Amino acid sequence: MEDDAPVIYGLEFQPCSVRAPQARALSAQTAETDAIRFLVGTQSLKFDNQIHIIDFDDENNIINKNVLLHQAGEIWHIGASPADKAVLTTCYNKTCDSRVVSCAAVWRMPSDWETGSHESPDDTAHNPQTLELLCHLNDSAHGNAACVLWEPMGDGKRVISLADNHALLWDLQESSTQAVVSNTATLEGKGQLKFTSGKWSPHHNCSQLATANDTAIRGWDLRTMSQIYCIENAHGQLVRDLDFNPNRQYYLASCGDDCKVKFWDVRNIQEPVKSLEEHSHWVWSVRYNHSHDQLVLTASSDSRLILSNMVSISSEPFGHLVDDEELSEGEDNHQDDKGKEPLKDSVVSTYEEHEDSVYAAEWSSADPWLFASLSYDGRLVINRVPRALKYRILL
Amino acid sequence: MDGEADETVAVGDDCVPGRRRRVHGMLKLYYGLNEEGKAAEESESLDPCDINGPHFDPELYLNKLRRECSLAELMDQETCMVKQIRSLDSDMQTLVYENYNKFISATDTIRKMKNDFKKMEDEMDCLSANMAAITEFSASISGTLQDQHTQITKLSGVHTLLRKLQFLFELPARLNKCLELQAYAQAVSSHRRARCVLQQYSHLPSFKGIQDDCHAIMDKLAQELRQKFRDGGSSAKDLSECVELLLQLDEPAEELCDKFLSHARSRLESDLQGLEAEIRPYPSAAKDASARRSPSLADNSPKFNTLPSPTSNTDILEFIDRGCNEFVSSLCLVITSYQELFINHAQTGELVSKNIPQMANCKLHAFVDNLAARYFSLVERRIQEEKSVGDNSLLVRALDRFHRRLQAVAKLLPGSAVPNKGTEIVIRAATERVKQYLSALQSFYMDSLTDVRQALATPRLSVAGASVAGGGAHLGGPGPGRDAPNSLPELLSSLSASILNQIKSVLASVHLFTAKDITFSNKPYFKGEFCSQGVRESLVVSFIKFVCQSSRHFCESAGDKGGSTPPALLLLLSRLCLDYETSTISYILTLTDEQFLDQHHSPVTPVTTLCAEAKEAAQKLLNHYVKVQGLIISQMLRKSVETRDWVNTIEPRNVRAVMKRVVEDTTSIDVQVGLLYEEGVRKAHSSDSSKRTFSVYSSSRQQARYAASYTPSAPMDTNLLSNIHKLFSERIDIFSSVEFNKVSVMTGIIKISLKTFLECVRLRTFGRYGLQQIQVDCHYLQMYLWRFVSDENLVHFLLDEIVGSSAHRCLDPAPMEQSVIEVICERG
Repeated sequence: MEDDAPVIYGLEFQPCSVRAPQARALSAQTAETDAIRFLVGTQSLKFDNQIHIIDFDDENNIINKNVLLHQAGEIWHIGASPADKAVLTTCYNKTCDSRVVSCAAVWRMPSDWETGSHESPDDTAHNPQTLELLCHLNDSAHGNAACVLWEPMGDGKRVISLADNHALLWDLQESSTQAVVSNTATLEGKGQLKFTSGKWSPHHNCSQLATANDTAIRGWDLRTMSQIYCIENAHGQLVRDLDFNPNRQYYLASCGDDCKVKFWDVRNIQEPVKSLEEHSHWVWSVRYNHSHDQLVLTASSDSRLILSNMVSISSEPFGHLVDDEELSEGEDNHQDDKGKEPLKDSVVSTYEEHEDSVYAAEWSSADPWLFASLSYDGRLVINRVPRALKYRILL
Repeated sequence: MDGEADETVAVGDDCVPGRRRRVHGMLKLYYGLNEEGKAAEESESLDPCDINGPHFDPELYLNKLRRECSLAELMDQETCMVKQIRSLDSDMQTLVYENYNKFISATDTIRKMKNDFKKMEDEMDCLSANMAAITEFSASISGTLQDQHTQITKLSGVHTLLRKLQFLFELPARLNKCLELQAYAQAVSSHRRARCVLQQYSHLPSFKGIQDDCHAIMDKLAQELRQKFRDGGSSAKDLSECVELLLQLDEPAEELCDKFLSHARSRLESDLQGLEAEIRPYPSAAKDASARRSPSLADNSPKFNTLPSPTSNTDILEFIDRGCNEFVSSLCLVITSYQELFINHAQTGELVSKNIPQMANCKLHAFVDNLAARYFSLVERRIQEEKSVGDNSLLVRALDRFHRRLQAVAKLLPGSAVPNKGTEIVIRAATERVKQYLSALQSFYMDSLTDVRQALATPRLSVAGASVAGGGAHLGGPGPGRDAPNSLPELLSSLSASILNQIKSVLASVHLFTAKDITFSNKPYFKGEFCSQGVRESLVVSFIKFVCQSSRHFCESAGDKGGSTPPALLLLLSRLCLDYETSTISYILTLTDEQFLDQHHSPVTPVTTLCAEAKEAAQKLLNHYVKVQGLIISQMLRKSVETRDWVNTIEPRNVRAVMKRVVEDTTSIDVQVGLLYEEGVRKAHSSDSSKRTFSVYSSSRQQARYAASYTPSAPMDTNLLSNIHKLFSERIDIFSSVEFNKVSVMTGIIKISLKTFLECVRLRTFGRYGLQQIQVDCHYLQMYLWRFVSDENLVHFLLDEIVGSSAHRCLDPAPMEQSVIEVICERG
């Protein structure tokens, strides 16, 4: 069986496939742990925007798609609730009075989207259902929303939205139909500061947030809404994205316009622990694998996607530790030898299926060896971790 | 006759009697006299042709002559023969005359003798009578004197014994007197004479007394000698005399050695102390001292530096001179006198049996080693203070002298470790010196870089001014950027020349170590390792590596802070490294090898490795330059896109100032790069690369595209067009390596700038006029940027993408007429 054959899917506008839409927003359906499912949001100023629900059938290598209308505007960011499969947030642009405004909202997918699509895919393709608005996350005082973050592994009741220079912590009430700002933090300084992205840390009881603005990375304590650290000049230029190591609580990855991916230990912010410079243009997205944090995915506007194996700073520097304990002592040495071999950090592979800038890449929440990437021309590519590496990590 | 002449020559020359005997013999022959035995001798000349032989046959001889000789020879022979005949005749006459005379005188003598003998017979009778009388008398006398004779012999024996005894009895007094007069040598010799006797007769009380007295006196004498020895004020000669006497007095040699050496040590140590006084005390010591002196300043540490530290006011040559003249020469003296006393002297005397020479030698070695070690530590301390690299010849001369003087010790004391240690010191000093030169070179390099940086900074201001003032004067080649970077090639050449000069002068300085007239230069270390490992590797190669490394450092440190290094410096350094790669490194190494490496016997870093390193550094620097310059332009473009409200903009009337600025900056960068790098290869320009034909290309294509994009009738065309284009165009690496030429560098910079433009445009939303403004801007860029890049299609492609993306991001995409765009752009 072909090991690494990528599955490529081109987005199309439903029903009339005029032309491929632009797309930047990609998310795995976080609450879904059985099916491999990604959400893609389109960007179009002229047509109604859509959310494509991409189901990947791993066994048959087939993609199933379902489309939901998102009529509010072009989607810049998508976030799926970690608790409820059907709930998601979007950040979108809408134009009113010849002004472009960025908003954020919580949506619910219609309950029957799935069943409908299975019975008669052609029909649904012609009559896409519409997302059900739960509530707006808008506070006119706080400006344009850049992204919305769900509380990781939470109950789907708390989100943070980043709007201009504010971080707003919302409590979703009454089955998410009402959102109340419970706390805010404001970034103050010279000039027009603006958050470009952020990440809610899954560690420390979900009490920390990391944000990026310009070349700096800041950490926030959500209990007091105060800054706890600040990495000035984390990158030579704009910081584009962040991600927390899911297994090592102080480790943080960042990427930016200086083509670099940097790994930080937030206890010592003077120097990055590690710095990679594999891309030949800006890096827009960096993602740790959810279970094997040595696997790091980066997407760049050089149209490439790079999967790196950062063994030296992972939580499993010597291979799988659990396995070691299970082995008898005689085999232990053997295991050690094997474990020390892949100690070198390396690029596992470079994926060149995209032909335009890749703005987003995500790991599947259901299959830790599978990931999707989305380029501006609306092409979604699903890839797997090379089998050799997978077995080396597992065995 | 020939033979005769030959024989005469052979035998006669030296002895006239020989010749006479021959003549005599011939006469004898003539007279028929033949002595017995002679006949046998003469038998040799049986040859009838021998004119002197008895069997001479004139007939035969004549025949032979006539047969063998020419007329001229015959004539010669004849004259010769006549001459010989004549001389024979005269000889014969003389002989006859002599014989006659002798005969006459002999007759006279015989007659006289007859008379005398008669008288003598009478006298002889008388004599025999007298002799008989004398014999009689003598017998009677000896008979009477017999008794007395034995008595006299006995008496004289007693006399000598008595004299000996008297000597013994007087010995104590004599010794005392000698002691008073300090005639120690006499005392010792007297005592030595008496000692055996006294020893033999010591059982007699009187002798015992004398012996005891003598012992007492000799002890005192020894005491006094020892005292004198210990005082040490006396000259070396006195001292050695002292030692000699003491040795004769059976003093233990070991003790004497020790004493002698300790005495010498005290003198040598005073020399050493003199030397030590000249060395500045250790910095820590100075610090302590100053701290003790002024405890109030203890918390004010910088003040310590301002305290005048006692500097050594003698230079190293003087110091070494002094060390040689005082310490080393007195050490040599000590060694010689010691060897004279205890080793050479002892070998002749009876002391050999006691193994004294070995013992003494051991002691001497230990002594010399000990003192030399202290001396060396002083010298080393002094050498370490020699930090300034100004005049190497002084140090080399000092080391040479130091080394040369130690050879004297080596000669005196074969097998001593001292000269080896000295050589080690010289080697250490030399390696230390090489290190100092390396760091001096490095700091020189960094200093000259700072100078270059300053030189770059000053005219840069004027560039900025000029370009602001110059406005749109970017079109002409000699734009505003011309004046300032004019100096770039000059800076480069002066920088590389000064570095090269510095390297050369350092090499020359180091070369002193291996000069022919320096004693240590023929040590194997200086012939081999010093040249290859010391000079070539740790000086020259290290320096080149340092240059590359520091260049790389510029790229890394500046990466994050964003251009702490001026881009021009990066460019200049990259050119410098490239020059190094192409020629300078091999030149420097050849120079070094010529001067230092006679024979390759140790592995050295090959030129190619260094060149590769230099090339890598050059590449890195150039890439970094591209990145920095690209970022500067990107930043302008990004700000201009991000800060504008593209939805509510007015209809474009002008090209935005930012674009003009971008073109200006690109032009000045082009000029700057052009000063240091060659043009490079472009893809052959098609005839339509001029501005006019570009607009045709552009308009036709773009209009077709927009028409396709926004008329629903042909929805697939635009995708098709764009995708086909992407399919066939190669993937563009934005931040990629560039080649060492202007075009490649410029392509890199423009790529970075335009890609930024594209990404920024994609993040914005445009109104109708916003899109049109972008169209105008892109057209303007197209007009001016194509000339800089290797492949103009690249610019076309990126600009098309920009316009295409902004069209996608446009709320009301109504593209501007191409002709209008052209007019606006022409207007500038």
